[in-house]
Amino acid sequence: MAPTPENTPAGPVLKLAQPLPLDSGRSLAGVQIAYETYGNLNADKSNAILICHALTGDQHVASPHPITGKPGWWIRMVGPGMPIDTDRFFVICSNVIGSCMGSSGPASMAESGAPYGMTFPVITIRDMVRAQVALVDALGIGKLHAVVGGSMGGMQALSWAANFGDRIDAALIIASTSRHSAQNIAFHEVGRQAIMADPKWNGGDYYSEGGEDPRKGGPESGLAVARMAAHITYLSEQGLTEKFGRRLQDRDAKTFGFDADFQIESYLRYQGLSFTDRFDANSYLYITRAMDYFDLAEEHGGKLADAFRGTKARFCLVSFDTDWLYPTSESRTIAHALNAAGHPVSFMELSSPFGHDSFLLDNDDLDRVVKGFIR
Amino acid sequence: MSPPATVEATPGQLRPDLAVIADHVEPGARVLDIGCGDGELLAALTAKGCDARGLEIDPTNVAACVGRGLSVMQGDADTDLAYYPDKSVDYAVLSQTLQTTRRPDLILENLLRIAPRGFVSFPNFAHWRVRASLMLGGKMPVTKLIPVAWYETPNIHHLTIADFRALLAERGIRAERSWYFTGGQPSRQRFANLTAEHAVFLVTRD
Repeated sequence: MAPTPENTPAGPVLKLAQPLPLDSGRSLAGVQIAYETYGNLNADKSNAILICHALTGDQHVASPHPITGKPGWWIRMVGPGMPIDTDRFFVICSNVIGSCMGSSGPASMAESGAPYGMTFPVITIRDMVRAQVALVDALGIGKLHAVVGGSMGGMQALSWAANFGDRIDAALIIASTSRHSAQNIAFHEVGRQAIMADPKWNGGDYYSEGGEDPRKGGPESGLAVARMAAHITYLSEQGLTEKFGRRLQDRDAKTFGFDADFQIESYLRYQGLSFTDRFDANSYLYITRAMDYFDLAEEHGGKLADAFRGTKARFCLVSFDTDWLYPTSESRTIAHALNAAGHPVSFMELSSPFGHDSFLLDNDDLDRVVKGFIR
Repeated sequence: MSPPATVEATPGQLRPDLAVIADHVEPGARVLDIGCGDGELLAALTAKGCDARGLEIDPTNVAACVGRGLSVMQGDADTDLAYYPDKSVDYAVLSQTLQTTRRPDLILENLLRIAPRGFVSFPNFAHWRVRASLMLGGKMPVTKLIPVAWYETPNIHHLTIADFRALLAERGIRAERSWYFTGGQPSRQRFANLTAEHAVFLVTRD
């Protein structure tokens, strides 16, 4: 019998009755999956779309975060009358396991009664998808009309197609990749080392008892540096130059010191600091690790096309010309592997000055493609 | 990749060269349209039950195709045909594309590697109006057939029907059928190289 979701102040949460088996060989007991839904599931349950979020995203894709009050992260794409139209589709978005927005992660309580910290098992993209499959099962949905994701969300959409291909009709993968490159891993390692070099990380054991936020007193400096480094990879040189150039921050001349003289420095510091208010450092370690481990071809005998043998889904891959984190060549490789194996697939590179983050920003071509592909 | 149509289409109808191709592809066939533009032919083929895919260089055209529910890859015929496996479709189509590529001969070879049969349509540079324009005006022709000036035309390898037949002969390719058009209407086979504005060939190597 499917478990019943429970409502919490942060939205519905599904508690799995059975331990979730993981790629590492371990399993995770007492898994909680926090999620949001929008629109209505139709009578034959054929209009469900799962949206997969990126590294630091959450389930609040199209509605204000119940705690921070911030608007949903993809309101320009998901909602009534939007390209992913919630008047027509039942949209589901769940927080990935390993994260810190209500789903089980390193900050969750272990059976010992203390937070997992580094005793939380290392998870993979496929493990995140396994949790989503359990959620879709619990919602009584046999087959998803589509799985949609950008960046790490795209990896999940690919993993759905590769591992649960008979459960989806279509996969839309935006600004993503089938494997993490050496450069991708390198940037993540910089972030992880920044966190682990912060004395307050304390081997991952930093959660305080009581108080409003158990993360307070954690490795905030390290996490902020990790976010700063990562944030650069989400933008393009062109975008940075247009937005900041060499302009100085609230001053007329250089100070001959190490204050944030330049606007870009001030901007990055702000991005780093504000990130620590909403994200858990250990979750950052676990999720970046899951992304680094992602290699869809390796999971399927070394040949990417073989990964998609079990699916009849339609595919659409979209890249952006200024995205150097997951460049166009990655999407093209996936698209040609699918095409060569006879799958219905579309691929296009869209133009945008905003680098990897383009998928979250206004782009008429993207809207048209998403709307046309989802149908 | 898809220059302005050189064959006039009646609004709401398929361009005549595309109509010929659509009419001669059997339902259920697998088709690759190289330089598919906004998907006019793909849509017609899909409507008759074909598994029709496209390759197109212009992202706005690709977005338009995906917006109509078609499966299209953005790419350059000169480089991206290499990704397509041998004999992976029943027909490959080059409609108004051959003359825009850097190496039309290699494109043609790829066409018949990917598919046992190919449709190739192109504007005929030996049409009498073009000849007259060049002979009398002494300038590269800008006609209804070739509407763009030499310096900005996407047609970088103009060819004639006779040129195309010579290339086929040189490469051991057989023209299974050919169709000619003038003013958007079918025109006769005789003296086609002089009288036809546009040609469609069905080619094969068997």
